[in-house]
Amino acid sequence: MNSGKIRGKVWKYGDNVNTDVIFPGRYLHLVDPREMAKHAMEHLDPNFVKNMKKGDVIVAGRNFGCGSSREQAAICLKYAGISAIVAESFARIFYRNAINSGLPILVCSVLPDKVEQGQILEIDFEAGEIYTGKEKIRVPGLPEHIMQIIKDGGIIPHIRKQRG
Amino acid sequence: MSEKILSRTSGREAEAGDIVDARVDIAMSHDNAVLVSKVFKEIGVEKVWDKEKIVILFDHRVPANTVETAKGHKKVREFVKAQGIKNFYNIRVGVCHQVLSELGHVRPGELIVGTDSHTTTHGAFGTFSTGIGVSDMAAVWATGNLWLRVPETIKMTVEGGFPEKVMSKDLILHIIGEVKSDGANYKAVEFSGPTIDEMSIASRMTITNMSMEMGAKAALIAPDEKTLEYIKKRSKREFHPVSSDTDAEYECEYVFDVIDLEPQVACPHSVDNVKVIDEVEGITIDQAVLGSCTNGRLEDLEVAAKILDGKRISIDVRMIVIPSSWEVYLEAMNLGILKTFIEAGAIIVNAGCGPCLGAHEGILAAGERCIASTNRNFQGRMGDTKSEVYLASPATVASSALMGEITDPRG
Repeated sequence: MNSGKIRGKVWKYGDNVNTDVIFPGRYLHLVDPREMAKHAMEHLDPNFVKNMKKGDVIVAGRNFGCGSSREQAAICLKYAGISAIVAESFARIFYRNAINSGLPILVCSVLPDKVEQGQILEIDFEAGEIYTGKEKIRVPGLPEHIMQIIKDGGIIPHIRKQRG
Repeated sequence: MSEKILSRTSGREAEAGDIVDARVDIAMSHDNAVLVSKVFKEIGVEKVWDKEKIVILFDHRVPANTVETAKGHKKVREFVKAQGIKNFYNIRVGVCHQVLSELGHVRPGELIVGTDSHTTTHGAFGTFSTGIGVSDMAAVWATGNLWLRVPETIKMTVEGGFPEKVMSKDLILHIIGEVKSDGANYKAVEFSGPTIDEMSIASRMTITNMSMEMGAKAALIAPDEKTLEYIKKRSKREFHPVSSDTDAEYECEYVFDVIDLEPQVACPHSVDNVKVIDEVEGITIDQAVLGSCTNGRLEDLEVAAKILDGKRISIDVRMIVIPSSWEVYLEAMNLGILKTFIEAGAIIVNAGCGPCLGAHEGILAAGERCIASTNRNFQGRMGDTKSEVYLASPATVASSALMGEITDPRG
């Protein structure tokens, strides 16, 4: 993500989307993120991987990413091409894993009620705004150093950049 | 307690809401050490910060179930050798959250991080123990530190004596059913009260282990004589236990009384979908799993064995017993408990995570139902997405295996 702006189709899910359905346990031996991406959301939505496009956005309810600490859940979504996740709330380990993987995430309690599966959404991270096509919603942006980690592509590229 | 531990490890007075840079005392990884080491190498630091503070063992897929897993294990062994990591246990010990304290790596007052969400288990010994992802762990391996936000604490007081055949698993399932899967999100939960005091270490570990399923960052029980007796047998190192001040501030408090607690069952497909046993009695099952970091200890096997002693499980049920460590396995063997299970028609598998996460040793086909003493029942967790997992106590699992359907262990 370079400009701090994204535009993509909405994949809408409910509450408590857990990391087992995002990235099933039988694939935990995989080490290549592109292989991981092939199984993203497999136990929740078998249509996801074949129908999603790079740049799409996930909009979800409460407690997204709950359950196992598997970072593969964040990695597979990023490598599948998801450009951001907006949820009412996130489980804590997934929240950290998403940032560390360079996957933008935003907390917004009102958005799920205002969007439909398949519609287009625009997010401006710098301005802290989400545009649904009907209205602009202000959201608290991420702290600057976290945005920088995401812009750098994740915690490791960020650390390497800092070390010079 | 969380404030005290995170203050000590960050070298500053910290309160709930503060962000600290904390010094890690123990960093634990299992099969996913292969990913941690991959990320660690990308950082570009040559050596881990402290080869005595890292603990690595394999438990999720042991012995290696596929060529891919075998490759991963091999890479970890090579890494461990190159780094001189002292505490590497290969496939020899059992489930990480059981063996960490058995092997003397848990000491009250310390900060433990693990690349596994059920790292909260070790809070039963008065530690601040929390799960992190592989990238955070790679950063710990490189620097020895991790930034953490000091959580607010929820106090849960438990009173009353458990009725016959009702266990700590029933209590924590009931709690999760009440507060829901995000009820303790980002928070530390402190358990106290006469019921907790009375509990064995094993029962306390079930409570702190399952606290993850209400979103807890950490779950703590203040160390007492029982804790100190256990720890001192296994760790020779000095430690500094902490407990909360009497005027400590909590975000909120819950009080639970177990005197009338009935066996509880978490129904598909979420851990907070908890029902009282009489609402689910009679549902037929195909598989029963007794084991895991939640309920695979000697106490759990003993309760189940007592129910199955001299009897045969239903012909239509596959019962899989998984002692959570080789220490537990050996003790169960010496006490004749394993014989009881085998004679009842159950099978015993090696200490490890087994089917809990859907890796191997008991996968479910579409349409099959399992009752398990494990910790998660998300859709497809133990096999096909059209299979179902019910979570319960070891007593309920054993009684259900006997009858071939979900059964109240109280009779």
